[in-house]
Amino acid sequence: MLLGTLVVWEITWRIFKIPLFVVPLPSGILAETWAWRGYLLTHSWVTLYETLAGFALSIAVGTPLAVMLVYSPVLRGALYPLLVVTQAIPKVAIAPVLLLLLGAGEVSKVVIAFLVAFFPVVVNTATGLAATPPELLDLSRSYRASRLKTFIKVRFPMALPFFFSGLKVAVTLSVIGAVVGEFVGSDKGLGYVIVSATSYWKSNLAFAAMLLLSVMAVGLFALVELVERVVCPWYALAREQGEVVEELSVKDLEKVRAAAG
Amino acid sequence: MIELASITKTYRSRQGDPIHAIEDVSLAIKEKEFVSLVGPSGCGKSTLLKLVAGLVTPTRGVVRIRGTEVREPFPDVGIVFQSAVLLPWRTVLDNVLFSIEMLGLRADSYRDRALSLIELAGLAGFERKYPWELSGGMQQRVAICRALVHDPSLLLMDEPFGALDAMTREEMGFELLRLWDERRKTILFVTHSIPEAILLADRVVVMTPRPGRLALVLDVQLPRPRTVEMEFDPRFKDHSDEIRRLIFARRQEPAPARRA
Repeated sequence: MLLGTLVVWEITWRIFKIPLFVVPLPSGILAETWAWRGYLLTHSWVTLYETLAGFALSIAVGTPLAVMLVYSPVLRGALYPLLVVTQAIPKVAIAPVLLLLLGAGEVSKVVIAFLVAFFPVVVNTATGLAATPPELLDLSRSYRASRLKTFIKVRFPMALPFFFSGLKVAVTLSVIGAVVGEFVGSDKGLGYVIVSATSYWKSNLAFAAMLLLSVMAVGLFALVELVERVVCPWYALAREQGEVVEELSVKDLEKVRAAAG
Repeated sequence: MIELASITKTYRSRQGDPIHAIEDVSLAIKEKEFVSLVGPSGCGKSTLLKLVAGLVTPTRGVVRIRGTEVREPFPDVGIVFQSAVLLPWRTVLDNVLFSIEMLGLRADSYRDRALSLIELAGLAGFERKYPWELSGGMQQRVAICRALVHDPSLLLMDEPFGALDAMTREEMGFELLRLWDERRKTILFVTHSIPEAILLADRVVVMTPRPGRLALVLDVQLPRPRTVEMEFDPRFKDHSDEIRRLIFARRQEPAPARRA
């Protein structure tokens, strides 16, 4: 399907003769990516670092916060509205102010990435922790198990699929956060490349940077999914068990019957 | 063994008005007795179970187990719920051993007992399987094993076969009686089904709702071991009729006579 889109793109250009500096060709983009690979790689590293640092921070801060929200109704009442407010403010709007405060270096980008990523982590993890079946909690209580033991053996593993859902959203948002920061003010990173390339009408290069960003986002997402499969395989496996793999046609049935003799 | 003395349990709803879950219920259950608790929705059956387990405390009255008042969760108990709620990341064996771990005991010393229970429940060969690989009935059997592994003196069952299809349900009832025969315990069995309540138990406790009250305690006159054919025994019918009359009496209260 992707290939189809690219083919249509090339054909449309040739028919309508759209100027190359507005929308470049896929072939052109790929060529440019290769030509500028060193430059693009350096900047990719910067964006990747900012993304990962922001993402890691969102997990480090978001997870304990989620635990606190679930275990303390007082904190929940106090913090939840605050959380919602911070999310309601578009980070794109805060970015310039943050850059003023933290400078145009990598720190400000990490902070923006963190700010966009930590809300899904908190919300999904908290939902997961709260979603423990009450029967299991009753059972644990009847055995007089400590709250810590219940958390480690029941609540936390139960919440893992939700936790990973949150991570998948957070990681893609981290990329966006890092790039937004770079758009606002930076001399490094793929966001910077896009801004500087477009200002020189080098659309091939701009698209090349966008291509790399997409690859980065998809790659990180896939990585989180991979970790999820390793850490909590039961969720995916349970889903798959219920699927019908393929409908058998009458021809297939006859083949099976013939083979059975 | 279990003594409920004038128990009343009232909850407060979100709107602030009181919900009278149970009112003035008194009941005595003997050691190793199989008692079923039957009644329509909202009659407080599940609340009664939680009171016996020590998961909730009564608003008025006292719950005593073997003479001691119950104010905290009572660990010498096994609980089976309507849904098996097994831990999906654990094998059947590890799920059964969950009770042992949560009680703070050493799992190794109970491994053999867990395996023999699993075999007794008809699940030999499934020890290393995961919950999603089992049918509903099989999962519920694992839940029963989990409730029995620490050899509790009391088994509390809250509509354990409610989520199963009718045929599996009947089969599981007899499985339970078979397990009970091997290791006798006191069982408090909550159900919606009048036939199930009569067929399995020594005594049937009938409750009526709003507020939850004890309407009748019935001694089941059928001999043990119980069989499917007993459902056609005239004594079964008598019990069934008596219970039904009680439960549906409220609904069929005659309307006030119309003036001509």
